[in-house]
Amino acid sequence: MITFDNIHKSFGTNNVLCGVDLIVDRGQSMVIIGGSGTGKSVLIKTVLGLVTPDNGKIFVNNQDMINAKRDNFLSKFGMLFQGGALFDSMPVWQNVAFRLQRGHLKLPKTEARQIAIEKLQRVGLAPDVADRLPAELSGGMQKRVSLARAIAADPEIIFFDEPTTGLDPIMARVINDLIRKIVVEMGATAITITHDMTSVATIADKVAMLHDGVIKWCGTLDDMAHSGNPHVDQFIHGRAKGPIKTLR
Amino acid sequence: MILSLTESIIALGRLVFGVFTALGRMVIFIITTLSHIFRPPFYPKEFASAVMNVGYLSLPVVGLTAIFTGAALALQIYSGGSRFNAPEVVPQIVAIGMVRELGPVLAGLMISARVTSSITAELATMKVTEQIDALITLSTVPLKYLVLPRVLAGFLVGPILVGVADSVGILGGFLVATLTLGFNSSTYILDTINFLTSADIISSMAKGAAFGFIATLMGCYYGLNSGRGALGVGMATKSSVQAAAVLILAANFLLTAVFFTA
Repeated sequence: MITFDNIHKSFGTNNVLCGVDLIVDRGQSMVIIGGSGTGKSVLIKTVLGLVTPDNGKIFVNNQDMINAKRDNFLSKFGMLFQGGALFDSMPVWQNVAFRLQRGHLKLPKTEARQIAIEKLQRVGLAPDVADRLPAELSGGMQKRVSLARAIAADPEIIFFDEPTTGLDPIMARVINDLIRKIVVEMGATAITITHDMTSVATIADKVAMLHDGVIKWCGTLDDMAHSGNPHVDQFIHGRAKGPIKTLR
Repeated sequence: MILSLTESIIALGRLVFGVFTALGRMVIFIITTLSHIFRPPFYPKEFASAVMNVGYLSLPVVGLTAIFTGAALALQIYSGGSRFNAPEVVPQIVAIGMVRELGPVLAGLMISARVTSSITAELATMKVTEQIDALITLSTVPLKYLVLPRVLAGFLVGPILVGVADSVGILGGFLVATLTLGFNSSTYILDTINFLTSADIISSMAKGAAFGFIATLMGCYYGLNSGRGALGVGMATKSSVQAAAVLILAANFLLTAVFFTA
């Protein structure tokens, strides 16, 4: 379970998060929606320590993340970055097995490589991709490799930051289905950041809408269509008119 | 008038504050990086790769720069020495000039041109493409994994590169002196060996270590602190090379003062 308790974060005079309260239950797939620049990515980065909140607390399985031992704490997480964030100086299999070759999860090289190939197959990539460099892959393949890296160490919690951005609709569908399948099979807690409503429909158990630095609405996927919340209605129907300003 | 004076004081204050903030950040960066030296995990592969990049791959540019400078130095000393009937000092002045000053400085500047720029561009691109964030989420400390191996490699390989620059520079002078200026080769070699002292060589090596450290450190610091986008990467690369070159020349003055005026 992940609990965000009154999270605030500003960058200079730009108040990005202004008191976010959100609970993501264990094994739940939470999708956070909201316009570009509303702080969705910043919110998940606060959990991983990539961004330090100005105020508020984050609890993971009821443990305050500030008191957690970094290496053990981070080994619970997997993250799919928006641009893939693959290490372009190393081949695909070493990207996927990065965590399995270092730290307290370190395995022998042959074993780490074997696991990497299994994870690549799990996301629909052939074993011969393992020895290629990320730059030799298409955008969709890079996303899959990044997904394989996120699940390589069987994490309890997985974050997906804009998983379908930059992909064609077919590849976006493939990635959405893969994410849903993996989350269900692994029983992992997942938080997905997106403004792609197809992703929301495929991935979400629950949906939260972030706007003006706070969670405007949170509910199940079924409730979203008739939430009665004007922000949610405008966003999911893509209307130009409504409480969300189009000029930001 | 009063307003402009106030504005000037405010601007001066901001400048001083900015300089001290940057210095403070740099010192914290150095201390934090060095604090990882004896703490596991260690990354020998990254260190070996950095040694290859900083040292082995810099040999051609350092060697070429040194040989032409040594050759030009021999010609200049011969020409200048002839004005007061002392053209025979070419071996001694080439040796002392290359070992004490030109070898270390040229090697340092070439390292900063080749290595500092490439380290900054690489790390800044990694930052922009969220690879640094990915490293952190994969339980890896960027300072330990990316910075320490490069800085250590610069510190350890710098003296070797300077040794190469010194030797090749002296060789350049030797070739010009013996092939075009009529010097006897064995006399030239003996004059060179007899004139150099161990203090000259030790100071040269110390400068090499300092310059290698500065060049790699600046590359890492500006790379990890770069702005966003292509502009941010470009600015960081430019700033890192400028900072490395200026600091190398400043450190050269300080080390020369320490070694030769004490």
